[in-house]
Amino acid sequence: MNIIETKDLVFEYIRRDEEGNVESISRAIDDVSFDIKKGDFVAILGHNGSGKSTLAKHINALLMPTEGALWVNGYNTSNADNVWKIRESAGMVFQNPDNQIIGTVVEEDVGFGPENIGVPTKEIWERVEKSLESVGMLEYRHHSPNKLSGGQKQRVAIAGIMAMKPECIILDEPTAMLDPNGRRDVIETVRELNQKEKVTVILITHYMEEVIHADKVIVMDSGKIVLEGTPREIFSKVEKLKRYSLDVPQVTELAYELKQEGLDIPNAILTVDELVEALLKLER
Amino acid sequence: MIRDITIGQYYPVESKLHSLDPRVKLVCTIFYILSLFLFNNYYGYLVAGVFLIFVIAQSKVPVSFIFRGLKAVIMLLLVTVVFNLFLTPGEPIWQFGILKISEEGIHFAVKMAIRLIFLIIGSSLMTFTTTPNHLTDGLERLLGPLKKIKVPVHEISMMMSIALRFIPILLEETDKIMKAQMARGADFENGNMIDRAKNLVPLLVPLFVSAFRRANDLAMAMEARCYNGGEGRTKMKPLKYHKNDYVAYMIFIFYIAIIFVIRMVL
Repeated sequence: MNIIETKDLVFEYIRRDEEGNVESISRAIDDVSFDIKKGDFVAILGHNGSGKSTLAKHINALLMPTEGALWVNGYNTSNADNVWKIRESAGMVFQNPDNQIIGTVVEEDVGFGPENIGVPTKEIWERVEKSLESVGMLEYRHHSPNKLSGGQKQRVAIAGIMAMKPECIILDEPTAMLDPNGRRDVIETVRELNQKEKVTVILITHYMEEVIHADKVIVMDSGKIVLEGTPREIFSKVEKLKRYSLDVPQVTELAYELKQEGLDIPNAILTVDELVEALLKLER
Repeated sequence: MIRDITIGQYYPVESKLHSLDPRVKLVCTIFYILSLFLFNNYYGYLVAGVFLIFVIAQSKVPVSFIFRGLKAVIMLLLVTVVFNLFLTPGEPIWQFGILKISEEGIHFAVKMAIRLIFLIIGSSLMTFTTTPNHLTDGLERLLGPLKKIKVPVHEISMMMSIALRFIPILLEETDKIMKAQMARGADFENGNMIDRAKNLVPLLVPLFVSAFRRANDLAMAMEARCYNGGEGRTKMKPLKYHKNDYVAYMIFIFYIAIIFVIRMVL
């Protein structure tokens, strides 16, 4: 079953001068169609300005399509009556951890979402506890968010979304402002939520290492979907990815170069272990 | 320098005063301040002072911490005292040129000083013992009836709590921008008042730009989490009066009664 379906989606940023005349139109999303299955981990890749963040905002009904349509859980985002139902079923985590935490205490921030959708007090506490536990931040529940590290803040933000019991989480470059440790923690948390709680995850990123475990990868360039497939399929097209100014993971690149030099190893190596195994096979 | 100001800060210890409902503390603080202007003799100040000492003892906030807050307003205090001392009309007991000191002036100045000190300590005790969030919650509930005359009470209290949350973030940001400007040769410390004020412009512009950007991001994040104004919202920590809150109200009413007696009798 598909949780997200889009058909011929187009979004245009229209710039107007002071009299309201159209000055210029830029297409951020250009005729995009894709489906996302329930429970999948989908990664959307693309360099800056490729339209991936704009696309993410459509899934949360923060932006509405200029043409075409997008359905979340069966609700059409173009219909203003559906907005709150859509935001309840598709939560969004943003890039800057400081600018999305509303509460002055961790647990109050996590409770903000459930408060908004009118969950009874007793259930809010249960949800807050459960979602803080699922991101491994329960021991920080009484802390001030200002004293947490970037990675911890991002996990609190994820807990805040989880407390609303969404079916799908969209993460818009959640690791772009974090150090390597924070990045690893956040990605691990997200993967765990996907596997244990069966939440659909849409991860928008430009770090290749974060997408190798995804079920499906979508590559965007200047508003269009240019590649779509499993990580292995995507990363076997090293030359093509470079044309869209994207890198492949270091190991994949090394394996690719070795293959170019004539070594007999398989296409699209994703992890160090895989490469080691392939090289050992050559030895024999 | 900003860190020296203890007024309005929260002092995290566990005490009876800390666990009181914020509405109790808000109401009592307001009436305490009003009570200071009810009487005009020294017995009243004695009662108000004893009551204040009792509350300080209950709050478990160190006295030194409370007095550090007074330091920030010492100039204001001095100015008030000096003005009252010299400008109160009455029979002069000491005169130098146009400067006159009368007995009434001395009394008035002393009373004014005590009033101000009590007022500052009393109101800062409230903020020492109440988290900002609790305070805005209490305010929202107390002002609740104003909703009927279309005052956006929920929105105001939401704005207040967001402002409080962003104060440390913006302070940090100011510091960062200042250092970045200093690294490129900006001078915030030397020169006269006008020069210094001028030097602040390159600091304020990026600060405002970043504050607007943050506000925009935050608004989007709140919308994404289904924030839709106060309608239909539930509370994670609803305010509820407990036994201690009623006890506190009783003690306070007792205090007010004494003040009235003093005003009537003496």
